[in-house]
Amino acid sequence: MNAITSAKQEQVNVTTKASLSQIELTETVGNIYADDAKMSIRNANVYYGDKQAIDNISLDLAKNQVTALIGPSGCGKSTFLRCLNRMNDTIDICKITGQFTLDDEDIYAKSLDPVLLRARVGMVFQKPNPFPKSIYENVAYGARIHGLINNKAELDEIVETSLQKAGLFNEVKDRLNDPGTGLSGGQQQRLCIARTIAVSPEVILMDEPASALDPIATAIIEELIDELKEKYTIAIVTHSMQQAARVSQHTAYFHMGKLVEMGKTEDIFTRPSHKLTENYITGRFG
Amino acid sequence: MTKISKNSTVDSTNTNSALSTTEKVSLSLKKRHRKEKRFKRIGLFSVLFGFLLVVTLIGDITSKALPAFHQHWVKLEVNYQASWLNIDESTAQSLSAKQMKTANYRNVLKKSLYQMFPEVSGRKDKRQLAKLFSSNAEFTLKDNLIAAPLLFDKQTQIWVRLDDDVDSYLKEEFPLGEAGLRISQKQAQWVAQLIASERIESRFNFSFFTASDSREPELAGIKGALMGTILTMFVTLLLSFPLGVAGALYLEEFAPKNRFTDFIEININNLAAVPSIVFGLLGLAVIINLFGLPRSAPLVGGIVLTLMTLPTIIIASRAAIKAVPPSIREAALGLGASKMQVTFSHVLPQAMPGIITGAIIGVAQALGETAPLLMIGMVAFIVDVPTSIVDSATVLPVQIFLWADSPERAFLAKTSAAILVLLSLLMVINLSATMLRSKFEKK
Amino acid sequence: MNSSLLFFVLLGLTLFSYWFGVQRSLKVAGGAEHKKELTSLPQQFGLLTAMVCGLPALITLLIFNSAEQIIVEQLLISTLPANIQSLSSVDIGLYLNNIHAMASSESATNLLQGSGISSDNYVQTQYQAAFTLQELNQQASWLKTALVLIIACVSVTVLVRKFSLTYQARQKSESIILALLVASSAVAILTTIGIIISVLFESIHFFKSVSPVEFMFGTQWSPQTAMRVDQVGGSGSFGAIPLFAGTMLITFIAMLLAVPVGLMIAIYLSQYASAKLRAFAKPMLEILAGIPTVVYGFFAALTVAPVIRNFGESLGLSVASESALAAGLVMGTMIIPFVSSLSEDAISAVPNSLKEASFGMGATKSETVLKVLLPAALPGIVGAILLAVSRAIGETMIVVMAAGMAANLTANPLDSVTTVTVQIVTLLTGDQEFDSPKTLAAFALGLMLFITTLGLNVLALKVVRKYREQYD
Repeated sequence: MNAITSAKQEQVNVTTKASLSQIELTETVGNIYADDAKMSIRNANVYYGDKQAIDNISLDLAKNQVTALIGPSGCGKSTFLRCLNRMNDTIDICKITGQFTLDDEDIYAKSLDPVLLRARVGMVFQKPNPFPKSIYENVAYGARIHGLINNKAELDEIVETSLQKAGLFNEVKDRLNDPGTGLSGGQQQRLCIARTIAVSPEVILMDEPASALDPIATAIIEELIDELKEKYTIAIVTHSMQQAARVSQHTAYFHMGKLVEMGKTEDIFTRPSHKLTENYITGRFG
Repeated sequence: MTKISKNSTVDSTNTNSALSTTEKVSLSLKKRHRKEKRFKRIGLFSVLFGFLLVVTLIGDITSKALPAFHQHWVKLEVNYQASWLNIDESTAQSLSAKQMKTANYRNVLKKSLYQMFPEVSGRKDKRQLAKLFSSNAEFTLKDNLIAAPLLFDKQTQIWVRLDDDVDSYLKEEFPLGEAGLRISQKQAQWVAQLIASERIESRFNFSFFTASDSREPELAGIKGALMGTILTMFVTLLLSFPLGVAGALYLEEFAPKNRFTDFIEININNLAAVPSIVFGLLGLAVIINLFGLPRSAPLVGGIVLTLMTLPTIIIASRAAIKAVPPSIREAALGLGASKMQVTFSHVLPQAMPGIITGAIIGVAQALGETAPLLMIGMVAFIVDVPTSIVDSATVLPVQIFLWADSPERAFLAKTSAAILVLLSLLMVINLSATMLRSKFEKK
Repeated sequence: MNSSLLFFVLLGLTLFSYWFGVQRSLKVAGGAEHKKELTSLPQQFGLLTAMVCGLPALITLLIFNSAEQIIVEQLLISTLPANIQSLSSVDIGLYLNNIHAMASSESATNLLQGSGISSDNYVQTQYQAAFTLQELNQQASWLKTALVLIIACVSVTVLVRKFSLTYQARQKSESIILALLVASSAVAILTTIGIIISVLFESIHFFKSVSPVEFMFGTQWSPQTAMRVDQVGGSGSFGAIPLFAGTMLITFIAMLLAVPVGLMIAIYLSQYASAKLRAFAKPMLEILAGIPTVVYGFFAALTVAPVIRNFGESLGLSVASESALAAGLVMGTMIIPFVSSLSEDAISAVPNSLKEASFGMGATKSETVLKVLLPAALPGIVGAILLAVSRAIGETMIVVMAAGMAANLTANPLDSVTTVTVQIVTLLTGDQEFDSPKTLAAFALGLMLFITTLGLNVLALKVVRKYREQYD
């Protein structure tokens, strides 16, 4: 189903490193299907103006599991992630085709409200971006705008449980009214995770959530991701192959806007089927 | 629209309610989208309101200004009778220039009018009749005779201006012969008579551009004010451009980072926000009273406006100088040029378009300024067109202020017309700045 | 020679000096073929010579011109008879004006004749004085010409004598240029000092006759002092509270219009509008910012005020023909583009990541704007509003033309109020005597205006700078 025209093939070869240009890139190898798919994407294409950023990608996100999207810079993995909760809607020149479903429901359907979609599919960004408000208000933000609560006690509870789930509560419980921007980088990122899970999403998209953090903070976040998969379906974009290996159950390898290989994480890292994948995980380029 | 799948993982934090997040969110969605729409609409209305203000302002002034560009003239039957002119018939054969200059033209005008309107009698009516014509009419008669002395003692037809009240009356389109504005019933009938005999004609008002200020609206023009504006802007540009460029060059290229430099910067930033009228006080107290420069002069006006616009020009020039890539400086310095040589022969030419744009914007700001010039006495009623920077003068914005204060109805149109001239000037200046900038940016 | 002619002569001399300096340097080098032996280029010698010729002479000319009139006048007064010298300063001023007029309109021979034939002693003295004035002016003019030309020539002579092969003409000329650059940038400081001197000294003068407490807290403002002793009600009272209140009322009305509209325009243009609309709307709104204030004043007084008056009367309200509302609304119109462009800058300075975070949570655009962007941009917006308030307080022409003269202490926007700037203009235009409290009061008001706007500006810049640091 991932038939790639020869014209496009040529284009890829021109822009890839010379040593790799011989490697055939025809269709995704491995297994893109999941038994219990939370989200399914079929034949996704994304264009920024004339430029094609995503080329015919299909994959499933398995429910209550972590799927890692890896690949060299500019391979389209972040762009792809942003399609999953329609964050690209805000970019005028961005055009998206293909089928995106969440629980068999088309998320690009006219009838589906992006506001509702984003409440169900939350997102954590590369750089910690807490609002310039108090820690409490940061976490309460989603609950407030979506009208999830009826009184202050409910809100207090949501804030507390969310902070607890994000593993931040014990560190900040005495200073909930301090500005969120005053926390350390790792704490800020966990605050952003708490803010995301406060609206009880079903899927959490993470765009290199630990790339701006030091190793200790990264380890804490990774642990957290592992715990969170009990309740949420998670897709994580990462630069670090070690991280993908540690936190994910499934890994998808992107290259030049195409999905090269997908499969169980241990398979990908131990027995990559595609030459490109092998090159990448063995560190020949990337 | 929201299908909730059975196996969706609904978080259990919402303890006191059985509803899922999806359901809860969708409950308030309609309301939120309504709010969103309302907010967007308010924003759009605000922008449209801004447009409306621009259109109203320009439209209102334009519509008020249009009548000022044409003017009604009347053709009179004038008889330069020697006796009416108070010239002795015996000397009439060799009419001297002095005699022609001092002759009684008012009398000629009056007598000629009575001849044209034989039915008018009584002092009051006669005076009313004379009031239909511009007070300048007798001088028109005089100029005419001096230009053509052969007309002496003869009957001729001469075009003169109507009085401003009659002019306004005609422009407002009252039913012919009806009283209106400051026109009585009788006067209205005389005007109707003149129109019937095809003696009244509407002409383009050239004198608005060629005449100076006058107490009589039908004679007043903007030439004096325009000249004053040109002289004042000349002084402003002559002073503010070199000063601004030199100041910017120092601050951007040479100034060491120290207290003195900081102090200058703070001064510049704050001066940019000082109300213009305070610069007027400075001009009055220091430049006029302390240094003894003449009041009302474009020289003083130019100095005050220079001090006012200098911060603008310095800030713009600094931005332009900063935009010159450092590589140019390094290359020239590397060739052994001194810092001063690099600055004047490489940095300054590169930054010039930006600096000129900034200077133009500064001058545009100065061009519309009124308040500080009131303080230094450029507000006097001045009939003579100024010819040097130390003559008493007024400028276009002040002329607008003066006319707007005048009670005569015809000045309303004059004021609006003067505003149109001022706005057109500003538009030309700003357009040239924009064009310069875009030309520069394309490079 | 008069000053402008002298100026052009000096200019010619300076140009000649350039050529002269070049020639001298070549001579020192031993001809054009040896010019490499000089440490500086011949042109640099020329430039230095020109500057040394022109600058000291020009400075002398300027100083002489500013002092000339005062000195001549003092000399003239000292020649006047004792009975005139003993007059009050105002009367002497009038007397001198007469003499100036005579001196500039009549020829010297006429004046001499006049003083000879007139039998009236008073008139005779005047003719005599006018003649003296003419002579003094003549002498001053000669002195000036001689002084300027001598200075120019002597400086050049002294300079070229020092020329040698190793003379560092470039360094010397560059340090002069640098000094000129420093002086130009110091004009800003001089301006500030000038403003402070002009308003502060006159204000101190004013506070000698009117107590600062009365000025700051008095509620009666009627600055018309008696011209004659027997005039009624001429004591003059200088309680500025009604002016401050009037200024605040009009500023408040202006802000009430400008802040919401300006802010919504900023939000719409930065968050909602298409690129096309933005490209059209921005220059359109810039028109509002570029219109001279005198035009707004005219619009307020002749279009808006009558409309408000008629509308109010149709509702049965009594509206003053110079209502605070008309002036305030038009002032608000003027300030809209100011608020909108500064607020837009503040909103655009908020990092995009915050906007994304909010969208990612499922917030709508308006929720993002109201709950994230505006709170984050608040300091910048507050700074913008402070600057706008400062501008409204200092705005003059709109209120001069559309607000009243009477100092009413009221909060009713339909009444007529007066403002600080209106009173400054009223007190300083028309007939004035420089030392009366009435005139000096204008400077005291100017001082208040300067302090207020300066304070607001400093505060605004501080707020904005702090805000910038937050996101840099």
